[in-house]
Amino acid sequence: MTQPYRTASGGRILRDRPVHFSFDGKQFVGHQGDTLASALLAHGVHLVGRSFKYHRPRGIMSAGSEEPNALVTIDRGDGRVTPNQRATTVELYDGLTARAQNAWPSVRFDLGAVAGVLSPVLSAGFYYKTFMWPASFWQRVYEPAIRAAAGLGRAPAAPDPDRYLHHYAHCDVLVIGAGPAGLAAAAAATARGDRVILCDEQAEPGGSLLSRPDTRIDGLPASEWIAAALDDRMTVLTRTTAFGWYPDNMIALAERVTDHLARPNANLPRERLWLVRAKRVVIAAGAIERPAVFPGNDRPGIMLADAAATYLHRYGVLPGQRIVVSTSHDSAWRTAFALASAGSSIAAILDRRDAVDPALCEQARAAGIPVHIGTRITGTGGRRRVRFARIDTGPRIIRCDTVLMSDGWTPSVHLFSQSRGKLRFDPGSGTFLPGPSAAPEQSAGACAGIFDLAACLAEGHRAGGGDPRAFVVSGEFRFGTPVPPSPGRPHGKAFVDFQNDVSTKDLAIATGEGFRAIEHVKRYTTAGMATDQGKTANVNALATVAALTGQPIPEIGLTTFRPPYTPVSFGTFAGAARGDLFDPIRRTPIDDQDAVFEDVGNWKRAHYFPRPGETMHQAAARECRAVRDDLGLFDASTLGKIEVVGPDAAEFLNRMYTGDFARLEPGRCKYGLLLGEDGFIRDDGVIARLAPDRFHVTTTTGGAAGVLHQMEDYLQTEFPSSRVWLTSTTEQWAVIALQGPRAADALTPLLDGIDLTTMPHMSVREGQFAGVPTRLFRVSFTGELGFEINLPANYARAAWDLLRETGATRYGTETMHVLRAEKGFIVVGQETDGTVIPDDLGLSRTIARGKPDFVGKRSLSRSDMLRDDRKQLVGLLADVVLEEGAQLTDTGAVSLGHVTSAYHSVALNRPIALALLSGGRSRIGTKLHVPLSSGFVTVTVTDPTFYDPTGERMTQRIIGKPARTGSVAARRERMSQPITGSPARAGTVAAAVGQPALRLVVASYAPPPTPFCDGVNLTLAPTTGKFSIRTRQPIASTLCAATSDGHTALWLGPDEYLVFSDDPPRIAADSIVDVSHRTVGLRVNGPRAAWCLNAFCALDLDTIPETGCTRTLFGKAEIILWRLSESAFHIETARSFAPYIWALLEEARREFLPPPAVC
Amino acid sequence: MLLIPCPWCGPRPENEFRHGGEAHVVRPVDPRCVSDAEWADFLYNRTNPKGIHAERWRHIHGCGRFFNCIRDTVTDRIVTTSK
Ligand SMILES: [Zn+2]
Repeated sequence: MTQPYRTASGGRILRDRPVHFSFDGKQFVGHQGDTLASALLAHGVHLVGRSFKYHRPRGIMSAGSEEPNALVTIDRGDGRVTPNQRATTVELYDGLTARAQNAWPSVRFDLGAVAGVLSPVLSAGFYYKTFMWPASFWQRVYEPAIRAAAGLGRAPAAPDPDRYLHHYAHCDVLVIGAGPAGLAAAAAATARGDRVILCDEQAEPGGSLLSRPDTRIDGLPASEWIAAALDDRMTVLTRTTAFGWYPDNMIALAERVTDHLARPNANLPRERLWLVRAKRVVIAAGAIERPAVFPGNDRPGIMLADAAATYLHRYGVLPGQRIVVSTSHDSAWRTAFALASAGSSIAAILDRRDAVDPALCEQARAAGIPVHIGTRITGTGGRRRVRFARIDTGPRIIRCDTVLMSDGWTPSVHLFSQSRGKLRFDPGSGTFLPGPSAAPEQSAGACAGIFDLAACLAEGHRAGGGDPRAFVVSGEFRFGTPVPPSPGRPHGKAFVDFQNDVSTKDLAIATGEGFRAIEHVKRYTTAGMATDQGKTANVNALATVAALTGQPIPEIGLTTFRPPYTPVSFGTFAGAARGDLFDPIRRTPIDDQDAVFEDVGNWKRAHYFPRPGETMHQAAARECRAVRDDLGLFDASTLGKIEVVGPDAAEFLNRMYTGDFARLEPGRCKYGLLLGEDGFIRDDGVIARLAPDRFHVTTTTGGAAGVLHQMEDYLQTEFPSSRVWLTSTTEQWAVIALQGPRAADALTPLLDGIDLTTMPHMSVREGQFAGVPTRLFRVSFTGELGFEINLPANYARAAWDLLRETGATRYGTETMHVLRAEKGFIVVGQETDGTVIPDDLGLSRTIARGKPDFVGKRSLSRSDMLRDDRKQLVGLLADVVLEEGAQLTDTGAVSLGHVTSAYHSVALNRPIALALLSGGRSRIGTKLHVPLSSGFVTVTVTDPTFYDPTGERMTQRIIGKPARTGSVAARRERMSQPITGSPARAGTVAAAVGQPALRLVVASYAPPPTPFCDGVNLTLAPTTGKFSIRTRQPIASTLCAATSDGHTALWLGPDEYLVFSDDPPRIAADSIVDVSHRTVGLRVNGPRAAWCLNAFCALDLDTIPETGCTRTLFGKAEIILWRLSESAFHIETARSFAPYIWALLEEARREFLPPPAVC
Repeated sequence: MLLIPCPWCGPRPENEFRHGGEAHVVRPVDPRCVSDAEWADFLYNRTNPKGIHAERWRHIHGCGRFFNCIRDTVTDRIVTTSK
């Protein structure tokens, strides 16, 4: 296939590498190194799309990311259809399939072009005026019609099958733009020994030098100078756009990793978001040529002059056969001469300046090119391609197939402006230039208004930190003295913003209607609001508004530059955080897969255990009956747990919670309410005193982190002299609730060292359960006799399976909720909403009398807290199960409260509900009305305790039966059977908890199989005992690990260490808490270990020495990161986060695995 | 993402921290002795300045310590932090 506009030689394309592609269903061939735009132009195809509003035919206007017109859809198959790609930046690959957008049935015959006929009514503000009335028409009629007619490409309907990653990076110098200034800066900084990242949006470094092959720098041809400037010590990122500047010099870069490849390696991410923290930034973003504003300046065949130079010199493509050049700049003359010598006919050079360098005119005359000075285009003609230009002097009409326009250069100050640097107006060029910096950055080269190549290089070199030096350049591409932008007269076809179809007439309408500030004009006309953010439009819009209003440009103001500089895909922002990796999925150590699970925070909790064919309500009804009549088994492991240790522990809890913990005897438990200082309930839980100086505090599942934070706040800032230390033990202890009349009988044979007959309701004992240490609570959230068995987490699954042998029925959270509602027990977050005080719930009895102070106490005596119309907890009886959140009324007009919990009670065999009701306790016995979607329901207000109001079932004394030793032995024998299917790993964990595990199988985290690769590998760390140690005596230096006496101590905070030791360490400490089962150790080994960690860890790993350690975040989970060597890291993660961390690491290292076979 | 200098750990990314509100809001030594108005002032009234603001942060996903911080609420720049 011939490429009629391809030159015989030259350019950077690989002419021996043909590349086949299709555009709008038609087959074409280009070359390796082409963009879609250059390959189409090689075939003489200019018409590639229809405009947004008027469906005007549009062509390729530029050769870069500023392109406003040539937007296409790239189709790579299901879920890989990407709309709004600029043909000028799409690299050609074999099999590329592109489609025109916004045209039907085809880009040549577009029925939507009728909008062009209607254009007089579609001008600025037409949305606001035409479609004002009736309002209901907007959603139903106008908007769908407008959306169908106007707009851009269609989003794909299928899920995106590609992978995306983030990467945190740190450097001394980030250089944005690898043109001459950027290359000089990067080379100078690297020579100084700085860590340098150099990024450029193009496929190869070089910037404008790629389009100027004749240029020589320091005696080297441009291409050789580029190669010499690059250095292995730099991180060079091509196809990478710096699109956003965020606080403290964090720059976001979007790297397009695989879009240019015909058959990408599926293990590579499609795009990578780089989050670069740079000590200094050199912005060398270049400048963008400005279109001239004249009527009909948007026809296909009309393009920027410098784009034509790029197509000629870089891609070996002529834009047309007969070319008119319209300029106010010297550079376009050079382009005209180059095109003429490459074979195009230059019909005329028009220069709107009154005087031009005579040497240029002489060169034109020698080449036989007609020249018109002081002349501009007043109109163009041609349907799908420009056919002639009309000018205001001379021959009036010039026939042509191409118009090259140039009205000066606009420096790319976007990132400088985003860095909060102040722009200054330069009257000479009529553009804005970087003024004073607000961040450690420096602009160099054309983006700073410097267009002379030698000066760009010198400035870049200096910005990179080099000593001042001069560069010798030849064959340079001169720009000449800049002239200010020239506003066009109001005309409906003189376009300022091509992508949004905004003409000078639209701007005139806006100013005519009184808009003055450019931010207002912008929003009224949509100028500069398209996906190109007005890169080619903004300065022309400013100049036009200035001329229309008679104001100088600086007084009109400047629109705000916002990220992203160019469009960034949603996938890039999402990274790996999709599907199962969006958030950690936390599973308990029991995680009985016979359950149906529900999400509670990040936890998967067993909701109910259906037998075959059972619905949730049937299963829950059976489970409820089992607990009330026999025995139930419940996984309560997600309960938050905090170990409070120290001589002042009781006093501290007295200050935190409403109750009196100073007088709580060791071995006893107490229900506690935690308030905020505002008096409102934050959390609740059972607190057990294990010893005079040691408490085991439980919190709600969702409240664990918040309670610990609130306690630490008071401890560190209000009571810093208190001798109390807090340790989270949520994941150290699994909790199995054994509830029901048979609980004591079933439990007794499994215990050693605990006599249940001595355990009253609300008591705690430490002893052995099936040979492993337990903290056994006699507590009940069901109203039945019951226990909560706390076990080190790795034993929990085996213990669960053992307890099933007692014949207990497993129950889930649904049953738990029904049972507690029957008892009127509250759930924080369900019966409370941040405005509820203890008395509202009838819990005044939990407030210790005579305590002088506790958090929130003072607020409880404020007048508002004493009103008798406060909402109070009551029960409701109705004939149907109410809706939670439904309102309560007596007359139907005013809400008196709302339903907080509603269930079908199995014990009562009727629907029950809990509610917060204004003056509720005084309304008991009355009837109210509840509006439901099905109509009003009448309810009777009752006491919130529906079942066993005296509580004798749960508080009954346990009458002992002497345990037969033989049966214990028989039980234990059975425990020793390995439990099939569960990942069993025996280890030294048992030793670490102080007692050997006689029988129970240890089940720690068992990772999925992980294939070996050369880059980085994952393993489990060796099992060991782990202890949280609090001491003021330093046992490791800040942010470091230290090994001695058979243990390794990791510094976590100024008085906090995690100690790995097989035996309890002999360290004098204020608090030692065994946390052997709380976390899992992972190892990341290999030369690319640090790289993989930085996919989810924002730290500068270069600053972490060997033996360095710290808590930090990995994705959305907290970890302890400990560096073992240059290429090996240890990650300590809470056991429920281990699968998430492991999966993230697998995702990060996937690019180092062998490519999967292509099918 | 701000880079916050933890007095113990050095500069760290913002997501490791949790904001702790205005600094130097003193809890009355004996809340029983203050009026409702004084108590409400302690609970709810903050200076909310435009400019220099003394506030508390906690390096919750790091060393766990609360510390004081001077931040300019206009520029979002952290002037200094201290233990
Ligand atoms: Zn810290």
